[in-house]
Amino acid sequence: MLIEVTVNGRRRTAENVWAGESLLYVLRERLGLRGSKDACEQGECGSCSVYLDGDLVCACLVSAGQADGAEVVTVEGLADGESLHPIQQAYVSEGAVQCGFCTPGLILATHCLLEANSDPSDDEIREALAGNLCRCTGYEKIVSAVRLAAMETAVG
Amino acid sequence: MRARQQLDTKVRDRTTHVRGVGTSPPRPDAPLKVLGRFAYASDLEIDGMLWGATVRSPHPRARISGIDISQALAIRGVATVLTAEDVPGHRFYGIKVADQPVLATHEVRYVGEPVAIVAADHPETARRAIEAVRVDYEVRAPMTDPEEALSGAGDLIDPGGNVARHVRIRHGDVSSARSRAEVVVRGEYASGVQDPAFLGPEAGLAVPDGSGGVDLYVAAQWIHDDRRQVAAALGLDPSRVRLTLSGVGGAFGGREDLSVHIHACMLALRIGRPVKMTYNREESFVGHVHRHPSRIRVELGARRDGTLVYSKVRLLLDGGAYTSTSRIVIANASYFAAGAYKVDHVEIDGYAVYTNNPPRGAMRGFGAVQACYAIESAMDSLAGELDMDPVELRICNAIQEGDLLPTGQGVDGPTPTRELLEHLRRLPLPSDRLVAGEDLRRLPGGVGNTTHGEAVVRGVGYALGMKAIGFSGGVDDISTARVSVSVAGGRPVAEVYSAASECGQGIVAVQAQIVRTELGIDSVTVRPADTDIGDAGSSAASRQTWMTGGAVEGACHGVRELILERAARRLGRSQGDLVLTPRGIMTPGEGEALLHLADLLCHDTIEHTFVYHHRPTEPIDDVRGQGDAHIAFAYAAHRAVVDVDTELGLVRVVELATAQDVGKAMNPQAVEGQIEGGSAQGLGLALLEEVQVEDGFVKNASFTDYLIPTILDMPPMDVRLFEFPHPDSPYGLNGVGEPPTLSSTPAIVNALRDATGLDLPRVPVRPTDLIASLHGDGSPGG
Repeated sequence: MLIEVTVNGRRRTAENVWAGESLLYVLRERLGLRGSKDACEQGECGSCSVYLDGDLVCACLVSAGQADGAEVVTVEGLADGESLHPIQQAYVSEGAVQCGFCTPGLILATHCLLEANSDPSDDEIREALAGNLCRCTGYEKIVSAVRLAAMETAVG
Repeated sequence: MRARQQLDTKVRDRTTHVRGVGTSPPRPDAPLKVLGRFAYASDLEIDGMLWGATVRSPHPRARISGIDISQALAIRGVATVLTAEDVPGHRFYGIKVADQPVLATHEVRYVGEPVAIVAADHPETARRAIEAVRVDYEVRAPMTDPEEALSGAGDLIDPGGNVARHVRIRHGDVSSARSRAEVVVRGEYASGVQDPAFLGPEAGLAVPDGSGGVDLYVAAQWIHDDRRQVAAALGLDPSRVRLTLSGVGGAFGGREDLSVHIHACMLALRIGRPVKMTYNREESFVGHVHRHPSRIRVELGARRDGTLVYSKVRLLLDGGAYTSTSRIVIANASYFAAGAYKVDHVEIDGYAVYTNNPPRGAMRGFGAVQACYAIESAMDSLAGELDMDPVELRICNAIQEGDLLPTGQGVDGPTPTRELLEHLRRLPLPSDRLVAGEDLRRLPGGVGNTTHGEAVVRGVGYALGMKAIGFSGGVDDISTARVSVSVAGGRPVAEVYSAASECGQGIVAVQAQIVRTELGIDSVTVRPADTDIGDAGSSAASRQTWMTGGAVEGACHGVRELILERAARRLGRSQGDLVLTPRGIMTPGEGEALLHLADLLCHDTIEHTFVYHHRPTEPIDDVRGQGDAHIAFAYAAHRAVVDVDTELGLVRVVELATAQDVGKAMNPQAVEGQIEGGSAQGLGLALLEEVQVEDGFVKNASFTDYLIPTILDMPPMDVRLFEFPHPDSPYGLNGVGEPPTLSSTPAIVNALRDATGLDLPRVPVRPTDLIASLHGDGSPGG
C-alpha cells in the first residue's frame, strides 16, 4: 500500500508498504529516519517514541496504515538546524547520554512532559519517564537533565 | 606516599587543560546521539543489501538427522540458505575455547542454538524463510541441573566432561582453624540468570570486498579478537577480514562473544552482496550470553570479637551449553569468594559446569558479582550471630594493603576499604517518618495505591566489594594507540587512532582529554575504531581506560619528544630546556612562547604509536590456587535503605548511597555515570531481573517479562568518589565500571533482611519471598 505521512513538517510517501509493517519500520527503513530506535518491538522500552498527531506513542506499536495521513514528529524534528534543542543540550551537558540508544525516546518523553508541566517535581519527572528504559545511566543524570531543561525552557 | 611521588615525576610535562584529564567535557558523540543521527549497528544500510536471519534450535538437546532447505529457497526474495556444510573454515569458534559450532552439525545443545542462516530481500521474507527450513530432530532428554552435571551421574554434555573448570584455592589450614572458631555460620546463596539487556540489539553489516575478503561493521567489545574468530571460521587470512566498530548500544559483557559476525560474513561472501543482520529482542535473549546463575555455600568461622578465623566456600556456576568465558568467570568468582576481608585460612572450590541451558559468560562483574552477594550475605548472618553491628564487623576484618589474598598474593595499591565503609556509616539516613498524605510514588507499590504506610517496614543494609581490574592470570594484555599532530586552519590539531570499543562508557571522551592534557592541543578527534589500527584489547574487566589511556598517554609522550626534538633543532637550543605548552614551545619559567606549534609543523604530521603493557602476572597453580595473578584491585561499598510492604512483598528502595575508590576520576561525570548505572544493574539483580529458564527454555524473552529497573525503581543516589592514586596506572586511575555492580545487590538484600528478619537466600528477591506469613520458619524456599 501507499502511505502518506507528514514527518517533521515534510510530506513524505512510502510505496509498497506491507500491511504488517509498523510506523517504526516505515520511518527507519523506508524514510531513512533512524533516530527512532528499535529495541523491544513491544512498546516496553520507549526507544521508538514519536509524536503521532500530537500524542506521544511507541512507533513500534502503530501500524503503518494507522499513520496514513497523520502528522509525525520524530527526534530528528526537534533541533533547529544544527543547533540543539534545549532538552537535547541538557542531556549532553548533564552527562545523561552514555550508549545513547534510549536517548531519542527519552528526549521526546521529556519534551512531552515539559509541554504539559513546565516545572515538574522529581517525582513527576520519574513518573513521566517511567515508560523509557535506560540500561546505562541509572537515571540519575537523566533526572538532572530534565531539571536543567525545565529551567532553560522556562528562561527561554 | 610512594604513589604520589611517582605521579609527581610523571606530571612534570602535563598541562592543566580546561578540557583535559579530571574535567568533564561533553562526550564527542553526545550531540549526534541526542539528534538521532548516531549510527548504531542496527541503523546501517547500504545499497543492495539483503537481510539475514537465523534458524535456531527449538530443543535444549537433540540430534539433527536432516535439514531440508528447499522450501525456504523456493520463497520469492530468498537469496540463499546456508548450513554447517557451508562454513568455509573452522566449524567451531569461541572467545576462549573454540567449542561452539558456527552452525550446528549433528547435535544441538540449547534452545536458540543457530542451525541455519538465510538471506532475503526483506526482513519479513527472511523470517518466513527461517520458518520454512525443515530440520529433523531426534529429541533427547536435556540435563539442566548443574548439581547433576557436577555429580557426574548424568550424560556427558561436553565430550571433555561436564566440569568446564574446577578452581581449587587453599590458603592456610581450614581444618585446624575450625577448632579455633568460636562462632560459625553456614549459608547457601543462589542467584538467578541476569541478562545484560543492552538496549541496542545485536547487529552487523557485512560487505564483500569483491576479491574474496569482507568488511564487517558491527557492535562489539573487542574487534581484534572478533576478527581472529571470524577469519578462522571463514577460512581467510585475518588481513582479508576487516572489522569496523559501528555504534554500540550498550554491552556490559554481552558482546564479548560473537553474535551475527560470522553468519553475516558467510551470507555476504556466498551471494556477493552486502548482508545486514539484526536480532529482535526475543532473539537477543538467546543471541548473547547471560550472567551465570550461581549456588554458593559459605561457611565462616570467627572469634567472639568478630575476627574472621576461616572461610570455606563452594561455588557452582551453571555455564550452559558451551564454554564461552566460563573458565575465567569461575576463576574470578573464586578469587574473591572470601570477599574483601583478611582471612588466614581459606578453602575455596569453584566449579563451572556444562548443561543444556543457554550459554553463560561475561557480564559486568564477571563472577565477582555472585561471589560478593554470597559472602556479603554471610557477613550479615555472622554479624547477627555475633550480635554485632554489620559495618563494625566489616571494618574490623576489612582487607588492608599488604594482607594476603586467598591466592597468596599480597594486596598492593590503595586499599581504602575502611574509609569507604566509614564514609557510608557517617552519612545521615533519610527520614523514616511516613508523613500523612505521603506521595504514593514514595511508597512500596507506588501509584498502584497498595499501601498508605500500613505494614511497611524499613531496613538498612551495607556491603563491600573487591575485584581485580584488567585481565588476570598471566595474560600479557596490551593496548595500542597512535596519536598524530598536524595543522588545520592555522591551528594544531590532534588525532587519536585506537581500536578501543566505545560501548557507552565514554572512552572516546577520555582519549581526547588525555591528548589535551599531554600536548596542550585543544582540537582532538578520536578516529573510528577498526582493525587496521593496532589491537586495543577488550572493553571489559574495567580495563579500557587504564590500558588505552596508557597507550594514548605513551603515544602523546612520543609525539611530544618528536616535537621538542624538532623545536630544539630549529631554535638551536637543548631539547631538555624546552617544554610544550598550550601556548607553544617554551622554556620553563619564561612567559612568551619561543615558537608556536603551528609554525613548527607547517604541513608536516608528527605521529607516534605506543603499545601499553600492564605489569606481568602469573596464573594460579592447579593444586592450591596460589599465584600473583592480578594487576590491581578496586573497591566499592554501598548502603541501601529500603521500605518493604510485608503484606504484599513489595519493595521501594528509598536511597542507594555508594563510595568507591576510582584512583583518579578521569572524567568525573562519566565516572559517576558508570557508578550510577552499575548500581542500577545491581538493584536489578537484587529485586527484578531474572531470565527464567525451565527445562532449558527461556520463558520470559522480552522486556515485558524480563524487568530491568525503570526510573521509578531507581532511588536517588548519593555517590562519593575517593581518589587514592594507584601507583601503577596512568594518572593514578583505577578501573571503575564493575565494582559498583558487586556491592549494590547485597547491600539491598541486607537491607531487606534488616527490614524483615528473613534469610532471603536467593536473588532476585521476589514478592513471595518477602511475605513473612508465607514463611513461618523464617526461611523462604529457594
